[in-house]
Amino acid sequence: MSELLTIAESVVERAVGDEQLEVYVSSGIDTEVQAYQGEVEKLTTATSAGIGIRVLVDSPQGARVGTAWAGSLDAEAIDEALREARDNVAFATEDEFIGFATPDGVAAASLTLVDEGVTTTSLDDKIALAIDLEKIVRTADARIRQVDSANYSDYVAQAAIASTMGIRATYERSGAYVSVEAIATDSSGDQTGWGLSAGRAPHELDIDKAAADAVRRATRMLGAIKPASMRGVAVFDPRTTATLLAIIGGALSGSAVVRGRSFFADRIGEKVAVEDFSLLDDPTDPRHFGASIFDGEGLACRRNVLIDHGRLQGFVYDTESARRAGTSSTGSAARGGIAGSPSASCRALQLAPGAFTQADILAQVGDGVFVESLTGVHSGVNPISGDFSVGITGLMIRDGQLAEPIREVTVASTLQRMLLDVTHVGNDVEWLPGVAAGQTLAVGDIALSGS
Amino acid sequence: MNTSELVERDVIERVLASALSRGGEFAEVFVEDRRTSSASLDQRRVEELSSGRDRGAGIRVVVGETTGFAHTADLSEQGLIDAAHAAATVARSGSSRTVTTSLGEHMSYVNQAEQPLGTVDKARKIEVLLRADDIARSTGGEITQVMVGLGESSRRILVANSDGVFRSDHQVRTRFNVQCVALGDTGMQTGYRPVAATRGFEILTDDAVAEAATGAARQAITKLAARPAPSGDLPVVLAGGSGGILFHEACGHGLEADAILKEASVYAGKAGQKVASDLVTLVDDGTVEGEWGYLAMDDEGRAAGRNVLIENGVLTDYMWDFLSARRQGRASSGNGRRQSYQHLPMVRMTNTYLLEGPDTPEDIIAQTPRGVYVAQLGGGQVNTATGDFVFGMTEAYLIEGGVITTPLRECNLIGNGPEVLQRVDAVASDFSMTPGTCGKDGQQVPVGTGQATMRLSSVTIGGTAA
Repeated sequence: MSELLTIAESVVERAVGDEQLEVYVSSGIDTEVQAYQGEVEKLTTATSAGIGIRVLVDSPQGARVGTAWAGSLDAEAIDEALREARDNVAFATEDEFIGFATPDGVAAASLTLVDEGVTTTSLDDKIALAIDLEKIVRTADARIRQVDSANYSDYVAQAAIASTMGIRATYERSGAYVSVEAIATDSSGDQTGWGLSAGRAPHELDIDKAAADAVRRATRMLGAIKPASMRGVAVFDPRTTATLLAIIGGALSGSAVVRGRSFFADRIGEKVAVEDFSLLDDPTDPRHFGASIFDGEGLACRRNVLIDHGRLQGFVYDTESARRAGTSSTGSAARGGIAGSPSASCRALQLAPGAFTQADILAQVGDGVFVESLTGVHSGVNPISGDFSVGITGLMIRDGQLAEPIREVTVASTLQRMLLDVTHVGNDVEWLPGVAAGQTLAVGDIALSGS
Repeated sequence: MNTSELVERDVIERVLASALSRGGEFAEVFVEDRRTSSASLDQRRVEELSSGRDRGAGIRVVVGETTGFAHTADLSEQGLIDAAHAAATVARSGSSRTVTTSLGEHMSYVNQAEQPLGTVDKARKIEVLLRADDIARSTGGEITQVMVGLGESSRRILVANSDGVFRSDHQVRTRFNVQCVALGDTGMQTGYRPVAATRGFEILTDDAVAEAATGAARQAITKLAARPAPSGDLPVVLAGGSGGILFHEACGHGLEADAILKEASVYAGKAGQKVASDLVTLVDDGTVEGEWGYLAMDDEGRAAGRNVLIENGVLTDYMWDFLSARRQGRASSGNGRRQSYQHLPMVRMTNTYLLEGPDTPEDIIAQTPRGVYVAQLGGGQVNTATGDFVFGMTEAYLIEGGVITTPLRECNLIGNGPEVLQRVDAVASDFSMTPGTCGKDGQQVPVGTGQATMRLSSVTIGGTAA
């Protein structure tokens, strides 16, 4: 790991004159196994490394930045990237708010995000996880006709950031996942269900749970019908709630807010959600898959309260958006790999647990729809206008119980209204891979479009 | 640099031999050297110019039904041999053997770009971005924000395999887009227009830039007057161009042979059967030069093809890559694509379009008493096993009494592929295409979709109004 920091520092030391350099170096090892019909269908093993360089030059009206990246760490590639980044500087607009992160004295959380199980587990044992997973699903229920894919994957990733501003940060993380998609069939046709288990190493994975999830979801969708259009309560399961929270988190990014590209802009202090809705972004919570020690600019990650009992409390900022907003970074810079420049992003959202179990919520809702999957999130949600319309599959809720399965139906509202229409927050938090954990969440006055 | 020089012939032959030294029937080396450049203008600020370079090789070994794959950024002979050994771990029972492979004649495709990445001055690019901003703002005072993006790529690829294939290509792509935000009494609305082609910077003519800027601005302004979209089933008229995404989702993914062979598609076993209305003739065509999904050869070295998928409503064939075709003892249809050397190829669409029909757009609208007119579609998503799909409408209007009236707020449409294909009841002849990015199993590739103005007799609109 210190090897990456050495490379980053060696590039930073090449700064000439009054230019500033920020260098991000990363490397990773990946394994991926796909099982099909009891055999390995695909096995991928790979190592990768890369570098992203930003060059900043002060000018009378502010500063300019140029960037470049390379998908390797050989000397020639690094030289070329540095040359290109320098060449790109001249074409950027001078901007008084542009600047690199400066060390802010916030101590990094002490987190262990790597489990050596990823590297010590043999390839044979990893392959066995995928093959066993497929077998469990295939034999779990006579109505399972096919297992479209049963996968195991893991990674160990390392990164280092160094800059002429004195930033020095290194971090390392590992992850292991199994996922499976089952196709169930009966006289009414086919339905699919997807199951997942995630951890930091293979020994944390629960393939029985992933299999049971996929089988239950696929089989209970059999005979699904398109319901009549209606307006009522939608109860989102933990997975779909996590997707909703991730969308809301996108609108809480300082980078979107300072550009006026969020329906939350200019609403600090306002009541934007119901009393029971408290949302925080806390990468220092090791239970969260988005946990991280440093952000994408090398500042310590920290706990940020975004919505407190329904009141909009704050946003997450990287250095640039914070300067534009007249505040300081919240340690929330994220970069999309070596090619991405930092921008503010939530990475470990959690909604404060409510008082209810899922069964309580269903009983109290009485009648409505239970949402198990969302489709078209990228095409049907606009985080600027707040328009929200997505396809769902799930089950009707009748008399407080899950009833017949439904498909080919959409739920629609606006994100602004949904936050104010929340009726119940569950206590059944599931730590899921991605930027948000999730729990059962009931939202009233949703339009359901069916036949 | 000549593409064949990415890696020397004799080095590749030794790497392939090494990949097969522990068993296996097929080995392939895919080498890629991709340069990219992007520029973004946000609120008249050039936020950044970024340049990137990615170079490496992906090696696969096929043993029975199993594929082993490894990739490396190290293009030295030792780096490639190490990756070959990693890919060959799937041939685990095989004892060591000596294999020789010899490649055929090298064949190289030439790109048609007049101004590929690296030939246009960076200052000239900034001028184009600023010009788009000027035009968008001059469209109306409601425009409060303009974002303009430019992305260029130059991708040299080389495919060599143990069947002797030895081919290279140089693919040049340019993508430009304008996004506007308009502010009105009802809040903010957005407008978006892309311009993209498998060509160089020359596609950004003054006219093309002006049209994108004006189009994005007008769309945002128009939507300020939008009211909530209806909820429930209505006839839907799709304007020519972006409506092609309907076929991409409703049946395109379901006609990819990997889904077919796993019986994970509603279209499995339906070849030769009527699956759509007579008006539907659907083609996947990688040979349309310059289009966003154009390929001289696919990422397995197979020349791109024009493949008729559905003819007058009858399913004629699926799309195939090397492995799925090999399992069926037939030839690939040139649909083996991969995002980069770090990914395995799989069956992907290229340019997928509906052939023109006998109607006119005016008649189709006039003959729709009440419905929705979709001027621009956004992305979509499909479950191939059930055929259920959604796609977003980013610019749409009500049709009342055969006339286009009120603009509608954004929402998704939802339907079932096999049912919706039967409901195509009018197709006009004003054909055009739209660029898009298709995601499958985490891999993104550029695709084109196209169609003329057409009507679906009924689709579910996912709005909120009664």
